[in-house]
Amino acid sequence: MSKFPKALIVLLSAGVALPAFAADGGKLGLGRPATQEEVSAWDIDVRPDGTGLPEGHGTVAEGEVLFTDNCAFCHGDFGEGIGRWPVLAGGQGTLTHERPEKTVGSYWPYLSTVYDYVRRAMPFGNARSMTGDEVYALTTYILYLNDIVTDEDFELSKENFTDIYLPNEANFISDSRYDEPFNTEKHQPCMTDCKAEPAKITMCARILDVTPSSVEDDGAGTVD
Amino acid sequence: MSDTTEKPAGGMNRRDFLKAGLAAGGAAAFGGAAAAAENDPLITEVQDWNRYLGAGVQAAPYGVPSEHEPHVVRCDVEWLTASTESSVNFTPLHELDGIITPNGLCFERHHGGVADIAPADHRLMINGLVDTPLVFTMQNLMRFPRENRVYFLECAANSGMEWRGSQFNGCQYTHGMVHCVMYTGVPLKLLLEEAGVKANGKWLLAEGADAAAMTHSIPMEKALDDCLVAFKMNGEALRPEQGYPLRLWVPDWEGNMWGKWLRQLEVGDEPWQQREETSKYTDLLASGKARRFTWVMDPKSIITNPSPQMPITHGKGPLVISGLVWSGNGQIKRVYVSIDGGRNWKTARIDGPSFFKALHRFYLDIEWDGSPLLLQSRALDEHGFYQPTKNELRAERGENSIYHNNSVQTWHVKEDGTVENVEVS
Ligand code: HEC
Repeated sequence: MSKFPKALIVLLSAGVALPAFAADGGKLGLGRPATQEEVSAWDIDVRPDGTGLPEGHGTVAEGEVLFTDNCAFCHGDFGEGIGRWPVLAGGQGTLTHERPEKTVGSYWPYLSTVYDYVRRAMPFGNARSMTGDEVYALTTYILYLNDIVTDEDFELSKENFTDIYLPNEANFISDSRYDEPFNTEKHQPCMTDCKAEPAKITMCARILDVTPSSVEDDGAGTVD
Repeated sequence: MSDTTEKPAGGMNRRDFLKAGLAAGGAAAFGGAAAAAENDPLITEVQDWNRYLGAGVQAAPYGVPSEHEPHVVRCDVEWLTASTESSVNFTPLHELDGIITPNGLCFERHHGGVADIAPADHRLMINGLVDTPLVFTMQNLMRFPRENRVYFLECAANSGMEWRGSQFNGCQYTHGMVHCVMYTGVPLKLLLEEAGVKANGKWLLAEGADAAAMTHSIPMEKALDDCLVAFKMNGEALRPEQGYPLRLWVPDWEGNMWGKWLRQLEVGDEPWQQREETSKYTDLLASGKARRFTWVMDPKSIITNPSPQMPITHGKGPLVISGLVWSGNGQIKRVYVSIDGGRNWKTARIDGPSFFKALHRFYLDIEWDGSPLLLQSRALDEHGFYQPTKNELRAERGENSIYHNNSVQTWHVKEDGTVENVEVS
């Protein structure tokens, strides 16, 4: 007889539990249940259908004061953006231009994203400092800056929030990269004499010269 | 060239230095090692490091690179962004070899600075459409079965500056928003199973604990497939700038989904349309339409050497062309290199481990005759996806997509060995 069963019997009779193997697929019983208050402290996301919006409301006029005090020194009084700080308003009709201006009014598909983002991340450097009502007021004011709301007495609230649509919503489409010719062809790539003429240089980095340390900004691009 | 411009080595006087320079230059002129050389004082004279004792153990309890490597650092481009806390810097790809990126050189991209979190103060919460919302401590997480994987991470905006034409002289800037690291962590699936995902739980919102509370919607299929909650990179704890103490790991998909300082996983039945998947990380086409949820990173490659920051300094003769290739679509099958701007191609040699979803290192060893080169590389993956040319890509998408530029890059190597970022016909 091998020693193993004997050892097993000794262990069992001594009441020592055998280690269970974790990979069995069962739960490990690690972690603890989250309390309702903990969940509401962190679960602040808002969806386009309004899920996650807190009770509350705010007007354009209230938003203007808050925006001037907390946001304008980066984003500008009219959301035009100071220096390289993000532009929040304008740009409607520029998406097909050489230099499109992507803002809440010209580009964003959903208003819920404004509420969600301002509440979680703004003002930059002092996130989570605005109350639910203040975020309603700021969201309303950003709509006003973008001419989506024109009435200065307008009040945005949990109740009327999903009545408002942003103008560019319909222009978002699903990932169509795999319909592009170079992704559908999938041929064996050409290996020899792939171009009729020798390749000629058509453009050099030198020409646009935005190489770090050489030339100052010419507004050629941004990192998004 | 550089042989003569190097700084005098320790222990040499100026005359010795000039002599050494002449010797090296002379050797190059006569075609390398075979030529008769003058004595090299680095060999004939006893050097300081050979005579005096060096530093003892513990001189650097956490080791740092040699002081002769101060140029091997991440770099940013100040004018790109308004503040360094909402900015990016770039991996010095041209200085690296093999497939693993050293931890301190992995590019950084933050939206609210680097969060400073003591592991004992970190919590991960799973909530939403689950049987039991759960809170884990780091200690809890360390008790789940672990996995180790080597994966590349590429920012969707990598090469984003190059859409309108060649801009940056250096692969660090054109392609340096990529790195490849071995992660250790717990499969996300195990954590979700622990909480019990409800049948209608089709999406996951991952959130960071930083001042941007970065969020991104991830389809449940992906979450249960190959995502991981990682706490180690290349064997040691995550670096603070890479999400210490906990990071989500979403292989093959856009880097911004790899939530750093991961603190919350919410299960839901629809995507949340967060700022990072609407205002940002959507790809604007020439038509004015914008693609969303473009998650997968396409096949891509880049010659890291020679490149604008790594000119040829040794003159004609044997030349190692080296680069990186990767694909989020599947296994890398081959990589081709052209020295004439894409007219003729050769299959490069892939060397080192070939891990699924990781960077691969390639080489083409040539004899350089000193004439100008137009260097290109082109990736092909197992499904037949390959890198388009810049013009092919622009013809489909225009110039304002920012994200997912996986086009072929051209370097112009000139007769003097300097290299420039160009576009070709
Ligand atoms: C110190 C400068 C600063 C202040 C003050 C500030 N922001 Fe911002 N804001 C930023 C930066 C920087 C970003 C981009 C952050 C990133 O990298 O993700 C931003 C982004 C935004 C965006 C998203 C822009 C886009 O196109 O994606 C909105 C909306 C916004 N801020 C609203 C506000 C509001 C409302 C306030 C006032 C409560 C405010 N900001 C205060 C700097 C600031």
